[in-house]
Amino acid sequence: MEKDQDKIISEVTGSEYKYGFTSDIEMDTLPKGLNENIIHEISRRKNEPEFMLEFRLKAYRHWLKMEMPEWAHLKIPEIDYQDIIYYAVPKAKPNLESMDEVDPEIRETFTKLGIPLEEQKRLSGVAVDAVMDSASVKTTFQESLAELGIIFCSMSEAIVKYPDLIKKYLGSVVPYTDNFFAALNSAVFSDGSFVYIPKGVRCPMELSTYFRINAANTGQFERTLIIADDDSYVSYLEGCTAPMRDKNQLHAAIVEIITHENAGVKYSTVQNWYPGDKDGKGGIYNFVTKRGLCKGNHSKISWTQVETGSAITWKYPSTILKGDYSKGEFYSVAVTNNYQQADTGTKMMHIGRNTRSLIVSKGISAGRSNNSYRGLVKVTKGAENARNYSQCDSLLIGGQCGAHTFPYIEVDNKTAVVEHEATTSKIGEDQIFYCNQRGISTEDAVGMIVNGYAKEVLNQLPMEFAVEAQKLLQISLEGSVG
Amino acid sequence: MLKIENLHASIEGKEILKGINLEINEGEVHAIMGPNGSGKSTLASVIVGRDYVQITDGRILYDGEDITKWSPEERALKGVFLGFQYPVEIPGVSMVNFLRAAINEQRKYRGEEPISPSEFLRIMREKKNLVGIDSALTNRSVNEGFSGGEKKKNEIFQMAMLEPRLAILDETDSGLDIDALRTVAQGVNALKRPDNATIVITHYQRLLNYIVPDFVHVLYKGKILKSSGKELALELEEKGYDWLQDDNGNGGI
Repeated sequence: MEKDQDKIISEVTGSEYKYGFTSDIEMDTLPKGLNENIIHEISRRKNEPEFMLEFRLKAYRHWLKMEMPEWAHLKIPEIDYQDIIYYAVPKAKPNLESMDEVDPEIRETFTKLGIPLEEQKRLSGVAVDAVMDSASVKTTFQESLAELGIIFCSMSEAIVKYPDLIKKYLGSVVPYTDNFFAALNSAVFSDGSFVYIPKGVRCPMELSTYFRINAANTGQFERTLIIADDDSYVSYLEGCTAPMRDKNQLHAAIVEIITHENAGVKYSTVQNWYPGDKDGKGGIYNFVTKRGLCKGNHSKISWTQVETGSAITWKYPSTILKGDYSKGEFYSVAVTNNYQQADTGTKMMHIGRNTRSLIVSKGISAGRSNNSYRGLVKVTKGAENARNYSQCDSLLIGGQCGAHTFPYIEVDNKTAVVEHEATTSKIGEDQIFYCNQRGISTEDAVGMIVNGYAKEVLNQLPMEFAVEAQKLLQISLEGSVG
Repeated sequence: MLKIENLHASIEGKEILKGINLEINEGEVHAIMGPNGSGKSTLASVIVGRDYVQITDGRILYDGEDITKWSPEERALKGVFLGFQYPVEIPGVSMVNFLRAAINEQRKYRGEEPISPSEFLRIMREKKNLVGIDSALTNRSVNEGFSGGEKKKNEIFQMAMLEPRLAILDETDSGLDIDALRTVAQGVNALKRPDNATIVITHYQRLLNYIVPDFVHVLYKGKILKSSGKELALELEEKGYDWLQDDNGNGGI
């Protein structure tokens, strides 16, 4: 039996990353290392107003006083922050009018990923703000969105064009003092997306950004800000893959979401950055701070994430339920394979009255990986009638991986109802054989079982993403695909 | 169709099958009987390629080809089907998806297009009626929360859907009440064709009241002690297995 187990493990977990290639695009980079001069230079190159430079410098000075957090269930190799390039932009012209102006090399890269912009545009009606490394290369559908008063542009553009909104909201949910990586990001963030949905507008299309880390030794520091004004709604998609690398790459993004009265934001992520090779060499370090603020009454923020990539994941998309009757949801599938490590989960902070939160977390561990769920449900004194339901399931493939659950519950109001359920299961050799006996290969069987297990979360994704995510789950766990 | 020659097989170094010879032709139903621990399930496992059973000698020929090195999927796709003694539950995978995947694998193997949804549903309806399986079951996850009887019926339903050439039913009758037993048997009989064959593994004679075998084999301590016509089953029911030892001088039970 042991031998069979080993065989299944090695078959199922022996998969190499499918998107391991780099594209050869001319880059405009600053020298390695971090100091105030670098920050001045980043800000200058981006033509930022003075307040932004100050924001960055304050963050940087604060960061210098901070230390990397060590509480996560992760083994993080030492990171030399002076050995990282903090600014890299493809040397393409900004503000392109049509697809023809996009660097053919970049378009080719997207094609290789199976994400052709044109097809996306034509077939799915998704407005795509494609980020290649640090600068936004292409923004589509801006015009039709602008007619509705929706702003969807790169963060750099927003800083220049809408300084009032930026001053008001940037750092209002995740202040630079929040944590080590948030401070670092605030100091050096390169670009990202900005979304503003005006009062009463329901965004007619899914907004989507594809990220791709593409220059060796370049840290990627994305910054996303989404503001949904009263009675508005938007669904935002983020998806990423990255090229094969030998050296670890640091990624520390910040996503901030603000929903005003009766507004809703649905934020979906499919993350497939390079996880390192079979022996655990290479791979992205992903230290992300994602947080939403349900500011207005009856507002809602829903996070859905499918995490299959990165060597190390440190990520807790959270929601502050400040408005009365506000609602937070978190749906997550996190897959770890080979030597990947993930410490991920969510925080639900109940502040307003009659606030609700729902957590559905599905961890899948294979190979020698470690997968932890870490979640905090906090009900503050004034949060009358707060309700939370959490469900944390772990699925193990093989006997050498680990699954851990760290639920924290802090309740300061007696009217709160907080429920937590957790299960652990294992893909058994018997299940695999049962499928084999019906003519279904081990890889397909694992894919089928894993997708069945994660169905609840995958169903939350918009249609076109759900299909992609299903394939991704299978690919991440397959032995020898294609 | 199936020819087993001098098959020796062991599990974790312990020899379970000690020289099995068996030949099964198209259109035949064979019953393999024997007390617990005689190697009946091991024989079924080794035919479908479970890899915890190691073949130490002999071979298994299927349509003249030695299949002992084939993967379980390959054997399945060539038409070898096992009705499991203990069908496993696969939570989250619906019967419909599971069966469609299995049928499409078969079609792919034969170089055919995937089955259309309407055709699939039509066949499913037809086979459900044949086996007498509850419609609601096919909307659930594979075997999840099924009763013992439902699981067994589900095995026959899958057999009906996949139309194997060689079906091996491993103690399909165990744990069934008489009604379920009858349904299962009816299903098996209805699926019988001149070009397929069935191996029924059981240690009760009662299933053989409903499925009439052409041959009965008695497996004992890893060897086939006796092969005969269907009347052997009745004899076994009456006398037990003890009398066989005298016939062969092969040690007590």
